[in-house]
Amino acid sequence: MASNTVRTATGRTLDDLNIEAIRARELTADDFRISGETLRHQAEVADAAGYWQLAENLRRAAELTIISNEEVLGIYDALRPGRCTYSDLMALADRLEKDLAAPLSAAFVREAAEVYQERGTLKNSDPAAKRRVSAAQGYGVDGASQVK
Amino acid sequence: MRSKRFDKLAQRPVNRETFIKPWPEVGLIAFDSPLDPSPSLGIENRSVIEMDGVRREEFDLIDHFIARHALNLDVAERAMATPSCEIARMLVDINVPRARILQLASGCTPAKLVEIVQQMSVLEMMMGLAKMRARRTPANQAHATNRKEHPALLAADAAEAALRGFAEVETTIGVTRYAPLNALAVLVGSQTGRAGVLTQCAVEESVNLRLGFKGLTSYSETLSVYGTEDTFIDGDDTPWSKAFLGAAYASRGVKTRYTSGTGAAALMGHSEGKSMLYLEARCLLITRGAGSQGTQNGSISCIALPESLPGGVRAVLAENLIAMMLGLEVASGNDALASHSEIRKTAKLMLQFIPGTDFITSGYGAIPRYDNMFGGGDFDVTELDDWYVLQRDMQVDGGLMPVTEEAVLRVRERAARAIQAVFAALGFPSIAESEVEAAVTAYDSDDMPDRDKMADIEAAHTLLYGPLTVVDVIQILEEAGFQDVAANILEMQRQRVIGDYLQPSAIFGDDFQVLSVVTDPNDYQGPGTGYRVEGERWSILQNLPQVWDPRTYRKSLGTVQERIWLEEIGPAERGDQLEVVIALGPAFGAEINHTIGELDHRDVLSAVLQGIQDEGVHARVVRAHHTSDCAFIGYAGAQLSGSGVAIGIQSKGTTVIHKRDLAPLDNLELFSQAPNLDLDTYRQIGRNAARYATGQPVTPVSVDIDNTARLRLIVQTTLLHLYETQQVERDRPPTELRVS
Repeated sequence: MASNTVRTATGRTLDDLNIEAIRARELTADDFRISGETLRHQAEVADAAGYWQLAENLRRAAELTIISNEEVLGIYDALRPGRCTYSDLMALADRLEKDLAAPLSAAFVREAAEVYQERGTLKNSDPAAKRRVSAAQGYGVDGASQVK
Repeated sequence: MRSKRFDKLAQRPVNRETFIKPWPEVGLIAFDSPLDPSPSLGIENRSVIEMDGVRREEFDLIDHFIARHALNLDVAERAMATPSCEIARMLVDINVPRARILQLASGCTPAKLVEIVQQMSVLEMMMGLAKMRARRTPANQAHATNRKEHPALLAADAAEAALRGFAEVETTIGVTRYAPLNALAVLVGSQTGRAGVLTQCAVEESVNLRLGFKGLTSYSETLSVYGTEDTFIDGDDTPWSKAFLGAAYASRGVKTRYTSGTGAAALMGHSEGKSMLYLEARCLLITRGAGSQGTQNGSISCIALPESLPGGVRAVLAENLIAMMLGLEVASGNDALASHSEIRKTAKLMLQFIPGTDFITSGYGAIPRYDNMFGGGDFDVTELDDWYVLQRDMQVDGGLMPVTEEAVLRVRERAARAIQAVFAALGFPSIAESEVEAAVTAYDSDDMPDRDKMADIEAAHTLLYGPLTVVDVIQILEEAGFQDVAANILEMQRQRVIGDYLQPSAIFGDDFQVLSVVTDPNDYQGPGTGYRVEGERWSILQNLPQVWDPRTYRKSLGTVQERIWLEEIGPAERGDQLEVVIALGPAFGAEINHTIGELDHRDVLSAVLQGIQDEGVHARVVRAHHTSDCAFIGYAGAQLSGSGVAIGIQSKGTTVIHKRDLAPLDNLELFSQAPNLDLDTYRQIGRNAARYATGQPVTPVSVDIDNTARLRLIVQTTLLHLYETQQVERDRPPTELRVS
């Protein structure tokens, strides 16, 4: 990406991100956050290279740039198995769409809610399907520690 | 009855491993389970209604995700209708470009992808890797961890790994709460060793994400995905939660790569009777569908499980190939210990090393195995020189740069001092001078002083949950005299804002130039194309520190004798008495004065003379000028000998007992392993020659055989023989010598 067009999430240019500014205590970590606009540009690059799913991911990521770290972690947790009811997820999708200007992420959460309902991976899923989540709720094993 | 040979075989390292028959019903089968589905795809109104024999109503979470996100429905019908063998042939056909296969593969179901690679031998799959690898330039990734979680050692090890050329360095923890400090130490260390190395700290996702938010890490490959629904749920995730997590990392400018591999589902007890390769194909379609930049696959920590089964290593190579067919960056395993057997371990490595992958290992232990907190690691710091030699032998780029000890010590010290400065300025438990010194030269964490773990953990907590970020670290380094390190870490943060490294297969080359599938796409299409180890890179890879110039060898042999002790006194005549002639090579005792076994030529000649004298026989010494060949030197001596018996000695020490009536290349006794000859042997050679001359019974001289001598000394042998050959005067007959 042409470096003269890049703006950080806080609106600074790349030239603003220099060591003198750091010495002068003018910059914070937020000044080094990637902007939604840049991510959408990277999505176009990915699309052009044939990576349309990566492009979709980067467009969802663009929406998340303005959402706080804590809320992002909260949404991730909500999507894990057995954490939410169908209506919890639908409410989350509505918040993403209406309050957080994140329609792609909202659609993604709605899609998850539909599939989770069908597969019984929601909180309070029907008894037959609930089997699927009981083990996970009792003991959360992280994938990272399993595989690496 | 026990065969001694079978007993030895049973003790071989490879037999410490477990080998089993397939048991498909529980997923203990590498590929081709009877329960694996045949490829099929039904599409109606641009929606998948059936996939690999499963109807839409029966889809599990994974089927749903693949059907909705992974498959390119524009090409799916064409791809599924193309015979699998035809696509397999395209993979090895240099006339078919990578892009055409990527397009077809984007419309393939998991079973179809498996059916394609099933047509291929490992050699054909390696051809496929060479062509389908996303990035043109291969690279490698390092592990940097230690048992004591010592920050100075971590920083020093990360710096050394960076200097050695690893494009990514990952760390992890023994105790989770150390994570922020380990991430910090590896960040500071890596940017001290070489600018632009990507780093991560593998921990639980929420901590991992926080480390990324703070700018302490730049990539993440902890996002595990699984091939069956129950395994996924046991991993406490779904394809949707994992995909959201991927977007979360990208939203903070962190590069991500998913991880999966053959054997995980079987190990976790939920294989559904499917083969390991089929389940991995499902994982890879989830990875592609979720929009990951790439995958860490190649069985990873489960490697020993597919290896227990027939065709397991082939299946692991096949999973790398499928990932590449899907366009993903591939960090291709070879990270977890794959065998007790060096042969087996290395043979498996070659499948990725020779064709090249985006990261040949998804973690090479840049530390001793003892300190590798990723379960030991397949390769470690003591095997680095083997890796360098393999690169040099095959003219293959395995992603590593040869380094000098001096340069390593320099960056290790600077990294340890940099992290010392950061700890001091942040008010973290101080890193003492003795700790810095120990970190510079340490082999492993046992060489390091113990630290106050409670205090370190408290500091780690402050770093993770307090306001400190990478910006504070940059400022401290800048003000403490580490401007270069500060500038590199600052540039890493600027790159995070630019986001070019969010494209598949992205690493940083020189000057933070991004090498990715966008900027450095693999263009291999047969001989003369694609990435080649040539020019400056080849020069770097061949000039290892232990390489020496054979032109300097002669000098190292020492100067020519200060005094001539072998004086030529005229043409050698044929004798007529009972004698043994000792015929010396053209350079003996002159241009060369030691044998390859480091014996002084004077001592050698004295020993032989003594042996002949022991038997009361007269000896005469001559020099051959017309040949440097041991047999012909001895043969020439035999023609001159009154008894017909002669000893021929080359300057490198190779010796023959010859007799006049034998053919030139025949002999009475030949001592071809000069490095194994000592003075006692030379004396016995003299004695035996004298006994041949007097017609007494002779027991051949026995010599210790060292079969590694040739391996060790063949270059020196070649050079010594070269110098002797340079002294040859073809037309000059032998001369008589006087020994003084």
